[in-house]
Amino acid sequence: MSQAMDSAGPAGTIPETELPAGAGRWSAQRMALSAIASLVVVWLIVKGAGDPSKFAVVTLNGLTLAALFFVVASGFTLIFGLMRVVNMAHGSLYLLGGYLALEMQDRWFKEETSGLNLSLSGSDETTYSLLAWVVPLLLATAIIGVVGVLIQQLFLRWNQGQDLRQALITIALSVIFADQMLAAFGGLSKDIKTPTDWPNSINLPGDIRFGFFRGVVVLGAALLIGAGLYLLIRKTRFGKIVRAGVDDREMVAALGINVQLVFAGAFLVGALLAGFGGVLGGTMIALSPGEDTSFLLSSLIVVIIGGMGSLGGAAIGALALGLVDAYADVYLVFGGTDLTNYSILLTFALLVGVLAVRPLGLFGRPA
Amino acid sequence: VIATGRNAWLALAAVVLVAAVAPFLFSEFFVSVILTKALWLGVAAASLTFLSAYGGMVSLAQVGIYGISGMVFANLVLADGGNAAAWSPWLAALAALVVATAVGLGFGAIASRSEGIYFLMITLAFSVVVFYFFSQVTELSGFGGVNNLDLPDLVGNPVQDPLPLYYTTLVVSVVVFLALRYAARTPFGLALQGLRDEPARMRALGFDVTRHRLLAFTLAALVAAIAGLLSVWYNRRISPGSINLAQTIDVLIIAVVGGLYRLEGAWIGALVYAVIDNYSREYTPEIGNVLGPERFNTLIGLVFLVIVLLSPGGLVGLWESGRERLGGRRPGGGSPRSPVEAGTKGDPATGGV
Repeated sequence: MSQAMDSAGPAGTIPETELPAGAGRWSAQRMALSAIASLVVVWLIVKGAGDPSKFAVVTLNGLTLAALFFVVASGFTLIFGLMRVVNMAHGSLYLLGGYLALEMQDRWFKEETSGLNLSLSGSDETTYSLLAWVVPLLLATAIIGVVGVLIQQLFLRWNQGQDLRQALITIALSVIFADQMLAAFGGLSKDIKTPTDWPNSINLPGDIRFGFFRGVVVLGAALLIGAGLYLLIRKTRFGKIVRAGVDDREMVAALGINVQLVFAGAFLVGALLAGFGGVLGGTMIALSPGEDTSFLLSSLIVVIIGGMGSLGGAAIGALALGLVDAYADVYLVFGGTDLTNYSILLTFALLVGVLAVRPLGLFGRPA
Repeated sequence: VIATGRNAWLALAAVVLVAAVAPFLFSEFFVSVILTKALWLGVAAASLTFLSAYGGMVSLAQVGIYGISGMVFANLVLADGGNAAAWSPWLAALAALVVATAVGLGFGAIASRSEGIYFLMITLAFSVVVFYFFSQVTELSGFGGVNNLDLPDLVGNPVQDPLPLYYTTLVVSVVVFLALRYAARTPFGLALQGLRDEPARMRALGFDVTRHRLLAFTLAALVAAIAGLLSVWYNRRISPGSINLAQTIDVLIIAVVGGLYRLEGAWIGALVYAVIDNYSREYTPEIGNVLGPERFNTLIGLVFLVIVLLSPGGLVGLWESGRERLGGRRPGGGSPRSPVEAGTKGDPATGGV
């Protein structure tokens, strides 16, 4: 499936980036990489065998993190693949989506249970219905979609092809967004509440308990989005035009297709994904200033690993990043020395390892 | 790219002269908070501008590299927090330059195989990774940053007497400016400019594109490392927060506002930035929660946005196009297109304005 979805890769012009020259160097690099990969596998087996159920939980943590990364990064890579716009405000859209949903939940859906059932702790309980999560999710996602289209129409449409300038424009926007969100929503970490009816955790075989929201909702949403994007790109007329546009924008325009409409559509979908991811992330992790940077970085790493513009690559990149993050946070302990502080270096090593062999990422094609 | 001839030298001499007598004209506060800051920020931005102007590479890794340099220095000298290894400040400075440049070489080896927007994204990832590294590894960055650094005698104590540091940064800035200008005129610099404009042709002529880019990146890393030293000398402290994405973007803003294709733009942008940074807090009108003294980032973001939208060549570009419109002669027979305006390679239908 990842191969098939790969068609959203950037293409069309002269290859500029040097591919590794000479088969000898190639294989040496490959050998070094497979040596490292097998070391990693051995490390995980040694660490994981000690406590299999902990290993399962850590793996699930990695998978759910990967699911969130995929939702956010797929929007980023979709926009890049078609329009070659690096949307540096993608992280801002993510965070804004989360904050908007939180604001709606707080304003409209906070149901204080009345004083009749006085709880022993003395604190009054707040309950949330299913709608209290779903309505903010849908509305916030939709608003972010509109914001994304506005950004594209107002700031990016008239300088198509100047990719650096567009990146700078979106960087400027992200600076403004970040500051305005700080002013409007404050600097404290907040999170969106799940419906009160939902279970806290689920029981898996082997006496493993795992968070319901992470394990079922986030993972399920990511799988649905992955499948939906696949169908959208592969089976619809819109997807066909997008694929054609990725390969040759001018030719598509010459065939009488309204490319501007397709661009706006792609930006809409990309922004929707960022907003949706923001609500998921705001429920699963938290919302605070700096999360925009953090998700911009993870989107960047995911698409750099996977290859920019490739949805399949985004899935693989998100998996790699999510699992590395999760394992490194727990298993970087050797004897008495705790190296978990250095886990970011492993992420960096992943990035470097992939770029050393494939300068354009795993599924990247020359742009 | 370079304004040639006697006029340029005269202009440089005049600017340096004004800068040299500035402490007698302005208050100590102005010299320290505006001029010194503008000078070291200018060095940081110059490392970015050099790569962009001559190599066509817009790198966001510069703040990461200067952060490494600052952190190495802070950990090697006597300080509160960090390692406090109590080395001689000069030795620590040397070690900081070596380590940061070496890391820059490593970054360059990975990044210089890509170009354009890919290069931008990869170098941005580097910078953010450096930030996360230092915020996680508190043994190196201290819990509230590394404070009260021991500085070289030459600089003394900038809080009591800002002049030694001011003149140090001034001399370093002039040396960096002249060295980068000189580098651009060597055969290496000319080849670099060639492959900025026509990488395919240069490759066909037998130039090793990747190696030239790598060399340029390493040179810029050295300049960024110097800026990192100046920044910790200026602040006498360093914390992960001072090398985060916001700072990365600030240096980019400085370079873009000054003009990404003229070296002197780096210092012009830095001066504008330092002035806005300092005075906006007093003079920004308060509009609800949206704008006001607290909202410096919104203001600088708007300035950045307007510059990118209106004049991709930055203030230097604005000045040049203004002069052109007045019928003035362009020095050196015209300057190249701003890299910001340059479109996707091989996409003439949409490239440039």
